[in-house]
Amino acid sequence: MAVDASLAGRTFPPTEPYTVSHEKIVEFARATGSEYDGHAAPATFPIVIAFGAMNALMEDPEVGIALHRVVHGEQRFSYTRPVVAGDSLTAELTVDSLRQIGGADIIGTRSEITDGDGAHVCTTFATLVHRGES
Amino acid sequence: MDVGDALPTQTFRVTRADLVRYAGASGDFNPIHWSDRVATSVGLPGVIAHGMFTMALAGRALDTWAGAPGRVRELGCKFTKPVVVPDDDEGVSVVVNGTVKEVTDDAVQITLEVTCGEQKVLGQPKAVLARG
Repeated sequence: MAVDASLAGRTFPPTEPYTVSHEKIVEFARATGSEYDGHAAPATFPIVIAFGAMNALMEDPEVGIALHRVVHGEQRFSYTRPVVAGDSLTAELTVDSLRQIGGADIIGTRSEITDGDGAHVCTTFATLVHRGES
Repeated sequence: MDVGDALPTQTFRVTRADLVRYAGASGDFNPIHWSDRVATSVGLPGVIAHGMFTMALAGRALDTWAGAPGRVRELGCKFTKPVVVPDDDEGVSVVVNGTVKEVTDDAVQITLEVTCGEQKVLGQPKAVLARG
């Protein structure tokens, strides 16, 4: 089943604020073998917050995505500043594009990650490939 | 860093234990990253690494080249080939190479090459680092 065609251009409500702890950055840095100097979180850390926004999209029954058919096709990060401990971050996801190729839905998403003051921290772009029933 | 410079090769070993740890830290519990049964049922050769884990290794290499964490301004790639991680103690090696593409007053653009075995596993990986 193809996903809802009206999805393109839709912006989802921002995620609940995520407070970044020192311990969470240490955990993520250890899991990726990254250096953590007590300041900047590893570059891919914002995926933890972006996941929350992507899950809201994928779990929305009206959208029609079957989770086990989703593959991560492409990922891009654009940073204003690194994430640091103490940040309270929210992600607001917009579906930038939606197209069908060979029975798969290619869903282009953009999540704007902002801090507690509303200032931009990072934009994450994720392309999700939703494979149709074979 | 000057245009055309080849940056020192970074090699990372990846085992099943690393994937379990990354699943917990990132919150991505997709079973294709820990269950051979589920991975093969969707047509994969076996358990594969999270694409975001491989991308994190590219980020590690960038931090090393930059001399400190927190200098990455842009990072992007496609996930083109899976990194298949066997259920043994050796795991697999992911190799990250980088070439300096462009240098401006405040930034360095880097083209990456991320391979496992002979195969490129990330498509068009590239990054921009702030100059220190």
